[in-house]
Amino acid sequence: MAKKVALLQGNEACAYGALYAGCSFFGGYPITPSTEVAEVMSVELPKVGGTFIQMEDEIGAMASILGAALTGAKAFTATSGPGMSLKQELIGYACIAEIPCVIVNVMRGGPSTGMPTGPSQSDVMQARWGTHGDHPAIAIAPSSCQEIFSETVRAFNLAETYRMPVQILLDEINGHMRERIELPEPGDLEVVNRQQPTVAPEDYKPYDHAQGDIPPLASFGSEYRYHVTGLNKAADGFPTSKPELVDAEERRQLRKIEANRSLIEKNEEYRLEDAEVILVAYGTISRSARSAVDHLRKDGIKAGLFRPITLWPFPEKRMTDLAEQARAIVVPEMNLGQLILEIERVTRRVCPVAGIGRVDGEPITPAQIVAKVKEIL
Amino acid sequence: MAFDYEQYLRPGKLPHIWCPGCGHGIVMKGLLRAIDRCGLQKNNTAIVSGTGCASRLPGYVDFNTLHTAHGRAVAFATGIKMARPEMDVLVVGGDGDGIAIGGNHFIHACRRNIDMTYVLMNNYIYGMTGGQFSPCTPTGDRTSTTPYGNPDPIFDVAKLAIGAGATFVARTTAFHATQIDKLITAGLRHKGMAVIEVLDDCPTTFGRRNKFRSVVEMMKRLKDIAVPVQTAGQMSPEQLQGKILTGILHQEHKPEYCDQYQQVIARAQTAAKS
Repeated sequence: MAKKVALLQGNEACAYGALYAGCSFFGGYPITPSTEVAEVMSVELPKVGGTFIQMEDEIGAMASILGAALTGAKAFTATSGPGMSLKQELIGYACIAEIPCVIVNVMRGGPSTGMPTGPSQSDVMQARWGTHGDHPAIAIAPSSCQEIFSETVRAFNLAETYRMPVQILLDEINGHMRERIELPEPGDLEVVNRQQPTVAPEDYKPYDHAQGDIPPLASFGSEYRYHVTGLNKAADGFPTSKPELVDAEERRQLRKIEANRSLIEKNEEYRLEDAEVILVAYGTISRSARSAVDHLRKDGIKAGLFRPITLWPFPEKRMTDLAEQARAIVVPEMNLGQLILEIERVTRRVCPVAGIGRVDGEPITPAQIVAKVKEIL
Repeated sequence: MAFDYEQYLRPGKLPHIWCPGCGHGIVMKGLLRAIDRCGLQKNNTAIVSGTGCASRLPGYVDFNTLHTAHGRAVAFATGIKMARPEMDVLVVGGDGDGIAIGGNHFIHACRRNIDMTYVLMNNYIYGMTGGQFSPCTPTGDRTSTTPYGNPDPIFDVAKLAIGAGATFVARTTAFHATQIDKLITAGLRHKGMAVIEVLDDCPTTFGRRNKFRSVVEMMKRLKDIAVPVQTAGQMSPEQLQGKILTGILHQEHKPEYCDQYQQVIARAQTAAKS
């Protein structure tokens, strides 16, 4: 049977992906260029008995989804640069209290109010290090509208699997771009639901590492009662400042990612088999880079594209292996050099790494990338 | 028979962190008596707080408890209540937490008239950080950051709540222990946003900087300034100078937010069918 198709904006595809994943709660605050996500959720969630709430501010929106997530809901919010800065406080709370949730950040220029209707990729490092303290991070940067849909589903799966906030990084271009997408039927894409505790209620501990690095999270309102705090806590959820307990819990939270990198990391490779020049690009700009690869190949330059889909954790093993065979790496991104720092770090500069930064609110073009590659070779 | 508090206290979590003479424990006991009187079920009840001395309360009591970031309690609680309207949701916290950093969430929860009960322990001070002035510190008083006297005017928590749209607003003090549970009980039974302000004392960081020689003296002041709202009508403006009104200050019935959203769901589902 032919698949149902639709012409969807990236922001709309993100919202429909969330609904496909079983999202039942959206807490939002209006901000350009993410607002369409909230608008779709306000239309669709009540139809399925879910809840849409527009909160009084960005922090309140983030707080509301964490409260909802603790009752068992798959919870979601959408924002952009300035809103993302405000949400950082409670992203940290979600990390330490280990509450699953998904945040889409439709990136725009900055800092501060910046350029609300202009595209940007300048929140890459914020997605990793935006909230204070050591903490795990998962951030996904899809490119096409089809991929925005499927990666949003995966974002919910990762949030529920690893009990943590997951960020989706779109930008003003692919958030507003319209493309034909095939709408998956139920069952086409995997949907992961939260692991439920099986122990007796009196034995339940929300951070019981005896259950593994990712202990099951019970729902408020169920037969399990427990305490949640933003303080460093012991396995039973109550505050502790015992050095050995604090240390063990902090390390366990990072281990959730480190021990499961192969299950979380995702990238795409294009014409890399014999590539001497590796373009590393993500999100919207990976589309320019893909086109640049074809132009360069026509001109006799063996170029290929490495496209990280998870920016955090960065697919560092694959990147490192590829760097060994490369003459140069070129990193075009709509910022003044963010992911390039990670690429330089993981490849230990075994070959030259050059960046193309653009922050004027215009996308990086294939011609710009081709010119840069020719300049450095 | 004496009230059995232990049935609601988590084993092994006492002693609490509150200083000797602090009124928060009196409020916690009143809260538990009210919960008992209303027959709230432990599994079906969530108690949410922000950060500060008063916000440590949820850790001691055996419900679904959530100790959140500074000022954010009501917003977390809103998420819980909207996702599970059948749960009984309470918020507890202090004046700095609720009215300064959490002020925006507070007024909007009042405006929505969402069905929850907020017990605000107002001790006029940021106690946990060592006694800085809050929006409730009386003008002229001394705190660690108003060493020459507080230049700020105060927020009247009850008036703020009424103005913002809360449909049940009451006030008492930590001295009036039996009134605490009566007012919380009435708040729990009220459908909509109920705010119960309990004027409290902080001997450690407020009292000692403001010439209160003892906890007893602070408690006596709470007793002296309280005027039941029923008797205030017979008093002259001069007699009411420096007094605070206690009791149920405001109660009205307006559509409750979760109910309103159920109607949104019904309209959306009807529209989807047609």
